[in-house]
Amino acid sequence: MNQAPLVALVGNPNAGKSALFNALTGARQKVGNYPGVTVERHAGRMALPDGRPVELLDLPGAYSLDPSSPDEQVTRDVLVGRQAGERLPDAIITVVDASNLDNHLRFTLQLIALGLPIIVALNMVDLAERDGLVLDPEALERELGVPVVPTVAVRKRGLETLKDRLGDVVRNVHTVRPGPGVQHDIVVLQRRARQIATAVTVSETAARRWTHRLDAIALHPVSGPVLLLGLMFVMFQAVFAWSEAPIGWIESLMAMLGGAIGDALPQGVLRSLLVDGVIAGVGAVVVFLPQILILFGFILVLEATGYMVRAAFLMDRVMASVGLSGRAFIPLLSSFACAVPGIMATRTISDEKDRLTTILIAPLMTCSARLPVYTIIIGALIPDRAILPGVGLQGLVLFALYVLGIIGAFVAALVLRRTVTKGATSGFMMEMPKYQMPRLRDVLLGLWQRAEIFLKRAGTIILLTTVVLWALLSFPKPPEGSGISKVDYSIAGRIGNGLQVLVAPIGFNRDIALALIPAMAAREVAVAAIGTVYAVDNPEDAAGEATIRENLRAHWTLPTALAFLMWFVFAPQCISTIAVTRRETNGWKWPAFMVSYLFVLAYVAAGITYWSAVALGL
Amino acid sequence: MTRSMNIAAAIPHPIRLAQLPRLKPGTVAGVDWHALSEPEGRRLRELGLDEGVEVEMLHHSGFLGRGPVACRIGRMTVALRRHVAAAIHVSPNP
Repeated sequence: MNQAPLVALVGNPNAGKSALFNALTGARQKVGNYPGVTVERHAGRMALPDGRPVELLDLPGAYSLDPSSPDEQVTRDVLVGRQAGERLPDAIITVVDASNLDNHLRFTLQLIALGLPIIVALNMVDLAERDGLVLDPEALERELGVPVVPTVAVRKRGLETLKDRLGDVVRNVHTVRPGPGVQHDIVVLQRRARQIATAVTVSETAARRWTHRLDAIALHPVSGPVLLLGLMFVMFQAVFAWSEAPIGWIESLMAMLGGAIGDALPQGVLRSLLVDGVIAGVGAVVVFLPQILILFGFILVLEATGYMVRAAFLMDRVMASVGLSGRAFIPLLSSFACAVPGIMATRTISDEKDRLTTILIAPLMTCSARLPVYTIIIGALIPDRAILPGVGLQGLVLFALYVLGIIGAFVAALVLRRTVTKGATSGFMMEMPKYQMPRLRDVLLGLWQRAEIFLKRAGTIILLTTVVLWALLSFPKPPEGSGISKVDYSIAGRIGNGLQVLVAPIGFNRDIALALIPAMAAREVAVAAIGTVYAVDNPEDAAGEATIRENLRAHWTLPTALAFLMWFVFAPQCISTIAVTRRETNGWKWPAFMVSYLFVLAYVAAGITYWSAVALGL
Repeated sequence: MTRSMNIAAAIPHPIRLAQLPRLKPGTVAGVDWHALSEPEGRRLRELGLDEGVEVEMLHHSGFLGRGPVACRIGRMTVALRRHVAAAIHVSPNP
């Protein structure tokens, strides 16, 4: 067995570990998942100066070997050789922040005690110097008894020396020292760490740090929230404005592809499967990509600068009122664009129950795909009149739908936190990293990895379900010349007719029941589906938006329309959301729960709305 | 134990961290560990909070008055909820 030595990169959060990992491995990285947990496994290849390959493993940041989150658990288990799917590392590189030695050395002391060959990367020495702190790396090496290499990962300083000394360490792989046993008493370790930090500090001037100056604005009770609001406004503008063009390109590309295949293949099942199933399905997935990338671009930059923790700090009070922590703010905000990246962003929440609650309520944030449905129904059935100067009834209804979603989410969180996801809150206690300039390369790498995960993992499930939906809508075929519509005769159509019995009590007609099924693939399809139903009834009509509006006015009552809107506020969201929830919670249990509770909520809300509206004589 | 008592005895009136005026550094005299949950206590220790460490209040509230506080512990900036800051006793530095 001639495996490349495995070297684990370990350190406190905010020590610059990932920057060092990126600098050492470049783009030669693989992102996977550890079995049974949602913790990502980041591994990459690098070559030692003598040409030998090494597999570098970027372990999740941790404060100690006593885990308090699933991430830290993986770090601990890998380092003691107990993690399924991972061999015991041959050596450790531990990354410490030079300007935070008294804290980071505590973990280093625990790691040294493990007995594995180890090197200390004394990282961000430039920032320490900027803060007026001069250290003696050789003294640190003497105190710790292991090699110490000063580095600046983001500027690639010290990397060659680090590789040289790693080469020495890995050469002696088979001479593992017996460790003195890991000391678990944090207080004892902490005091020893402080002694060492003091001993290796050459000089320290009380330079007022940059970070404190910026925080004076960013955390200020008045300017802080104003700044946050401004940033969020820019982010949302960008998500909608910048994604418009790429979404158009993707849609025309898919239409072109569908047209080309449609022309090339004879009429039949295969053509229908490829054009209506596969291409339409893939298109429905890829269309999310521009918004996801823009949103994640912002999130990655805010994360890399260190601002994200400040945003969580500002919002913690509001989130705490429903049993969540400030960390839930960004994922929920992202869900207004699309719940898929929002749910993916919950990974920054370390507490498992907080995270689960956030995932479960994320679909209640009104995503952008619901907007076309809202606008067409409101445009058709809500009278266009002003109730106050400058305040139109239509706009007010739209605003109310958004607010209802938020209220629904907060109430749901409150209830879930007391029932299904009950448990002690982990509170909100976080280190605020120093502000840093984000590096374009790291951001691009992060974006690329998000895109890959989304397309690969969620894509396969979404594709599969879309094909199933296509099959339900296409089979069985009506007999030739019978005049029965394809949709009506299909399994989906029959399910729709069955569903009508269920949804009649909340005021839904057969057309809506039919539209609910394809709407599961993507929200905005509902409009098109209703259009199709009416187009089938009156084939001479073109299914344009104006025609749909006319048809809605003719066939729907106001109570039905209101009930339908209410349904869309609460009903479980598209297949993509369910697929991503399955992936992020590692199983079908939580997506199943999410779908059921949202269905119940939607049914009750739509029913109450319908009957209240009828009683009021609307 | 004796060490902590010495520190506490040397400085007359420890106050709670939550009451420490902004930008006036103090020294941790003691912590009511029993007022904190087990994970809270552990996380606080992991963030380097210990008797004798220098702390400084940077911001008293995030939003709407009752939010978390931001303080400096040693060389780190840390966000804490109020009940945690109230469990930390601090002697203002002279």
